[in-house]
Amino acid sequence: MMKKLSLATALCALSTGAAFAQEIDVKLGVLNDRSGVYADLSGEGSVVAARMAVEDFKAADKGLNVEIISADHQNKPDIGSNIARQWYEVDGVNAILDVPTSSVALAVADITAEKNGVLIDSGAGSTQLTREQCRPTTVHWTYDTAALATGTGAAMTNAGGKKWFFLTADYAFGHSLEENTARVVEDNGGEVVGQVNVPFPAQDFSSFLLQAQGSGADVIGLANAGGDTVNAIKQASEFGITQAGQKLAALLFFVTDVHALGAQTAQGLSLTEAFYWDQNDNTRAWSKRFMDIQDAQPTMVQAGVYSGTMAYLAAVEALGSAEDGKAIVAKMKEMEFNDPLFGKVTVRGDGRALHDMYLFEVKSPDESTGEWDLYNQISSITGEEAFLPMLPECDFTKQ
Amino acid sequence: MFELLGISPQVLLGQLLLGLINGAFYAILSLGLAVIFGLLNIINFAHGALYMAGAFVAWILLHYLGIGYWPALILAPLIVGAFGIVLERTMMSRLYKLDHLYGLLLTFGLALIIQGLFRNYYGISGLPYQIPSQLSGGQNLGFMFLPNYRAWVVVASIVVCFGTWFMIEKTRLGAYLRAATENPALVSAFGINVPLLITLTYGFGVALAGFAGVLAAPIYSVNPNMGADLIIVVFAVVVIGGMGSILGAIITGYMLGIVEGLTRVFYPEGSAVVIFVIMAIVLLIKPEGLFGKEAR
Repeated sequence: MMKKLSLATALCALSTGAAFAQEIDVKLGVLNDRSGVYADLSGEGSVVAARMAVEDFKAADKGLNVEIISADHQNKPDIGSNIARQWYEVDGVNAILDVPTSSVALAVADITAEKNGVLIDSGAGSTQLTREQCRPTTVHWTYDTAALATGTGAAMTNAGGKKWFFLTADYAFGHSLEENTARVVEDNGGEVVGQVNVPFPAQDFSSFLLQAQGSGADVIGLANAGGDTVNAIKQASEFGITQAGQKLAALLFFVTDVHALGAQTAQGLSLTEAFYWDQNDNTRAWSKRFMDIQDAQPTMVQAGVYSGTMAYLAAVEALGSAEDGKAIVAKMKEMEFNDPLFGKVTVRGDGRALHDMYLFEVKSPDESTGEWDLYNQISSITGEEAFLPMLPECDFTKQ
Repeated sequence: MFELLGISPQVLLGQLLLGLINGAFYAILSLGLAVIFGLLNIINFAHGALYMAGAFVAWILLHYLGIGYWPALILAPLIVGAFGIVLERTMMSRLYKLDHLYGLLLTFGLALIIQGLFRNYYGISGLPYQIPSQLSGGQNLGFMFLPNYRAWVVVASIVVCFGTWFMIEKTRLGAYLRAATENPALVSAFGINVPLLITLTYGFGVALAGFAGVLAAPIYSVNPNMGADLIIVVFAVVVIGGMGSILGAIITGYMLGIVEGLTRVFYPEGSAVVIFVIMAIVLLIKPEGLFGKEAR
């Protein structure tokens, strides 16, 4: 009798043990700016997007037990590094998501490689993530400055904007954005007639805009971001620059920035994004759910967190484990993804996610039917055209 | 044609005018700071946050109540000023007997709290605010296109600055105020309500910041950090002009706007620091500021 009972107990223990083994624990950390200049375009919205991805992936039904945590890196590399290190070492995080601000993203990419985690970056723009500082555990999902430069620079040069004048934010980011765009402009038969380095951050752009106006350029390229770009565009409209026929090209601009300007001021502005909420039925349906929670339309960064999380979970499911970051990223590079927001996405050997990018023009107030009805889609560019070619030494599938 | 270092006189004239316009903002803001410091001995670090609040109140009036730019130009300073009075009565009045440093710390903390509250409710990206239709468009002056709105900013700022200077330096009320800061006990012995005078002065200084905020809303990005970006420069202006000197704050405000404008032509990278370089030089040569009285 006693023997039978212990056998039954052992069997029970064995079977429950087996059921537990099937359950894969996955811990995701959304690391971004929750209080500073990028809080609106990433922030809590990215956490919401990650949660929606877990829900839509039906992770629980597939035996994935996913937990999401989040933290504020305050756009400081030292703070971001400390959090990343603690997440990997103490909290058992398997993958870090979002990470806007290139300097923080590059620091987190290094720690991720060291700890064999996974970084799926959506918010940062630096091409270095998949070039000079490429790592086998990095996936750069949504955009980079080169893709934005290619999208906006090529389209505007080909549409007749041959002469360019740059207003460049006077720090590494601004200079690299200018350099990327100038190259694209020249490749497409345009020329750069002048540039001015604007101290960062700046309130008043009128002096610089006047210099741009006097240069006789067709296009004024704004190699800056956030509040600086908003100020520049607001004042260009005030000084009659756009009305007089010169066009403005915003080289890093998000839908939240356009919303901050309003269609009246931003109308006619050209910009490149990977996602806009009002592109098709899928994006509209998803964005409505997002809007119900977050009270704002999603940015491409937040949509990218969703899309990247879906892809990551698919790779974890295929591998049956979330432990080996390098293996998961390698798996992602073998797979092909198709989600409601970004459509078809593949991940290149260097970790660069390839998907279509879109050129948009801001609607005039007459065309716009609501505060978030802001863009007309002008054209689309394939991922192969938009992103820089892969450096052979960064092709981790060959190593 | 006459050219200076390869820059045509047209460009130079244009930049001088733009500098004057920026100087208009510096002048109104530094005037408010100078009034508060001169009469209350408080270094009001919350000034930038209250300037931001002025711009946001204008947006709130428009967005929720449909009240346009012109009424907002009066209402927003009144609302911000009233808020300032509450701050003064409930908190700052407790610090007058202590060192300046306590006032500075308190107002710095208040600035962070006010900014944080606005960021929490309205996000960081900012809000749209249009130029009033009566002032859209501009004039072609030959050497530059002058937006009507900028011309209005200069006129409004000169009127407000001169009015304030006149009230404090040339009227009976101003005389009471100056006397009350010199010797509060004696002035109250003459039957004048000194605490009330001081409260109203703080409210007025803060209302000036709110007024500048409304003036700025149509041309600068209306976001929670707009004041923090500006306040450091404005403090430098006050230091150069001489802490507490009303006329000094006004003249230095316009003057430094012009210097900054010229720097943008000759060496744009240096335009963000030129004011601080001047501040360092002035502090070395004339520590009490260009228009300040020597400390007694």
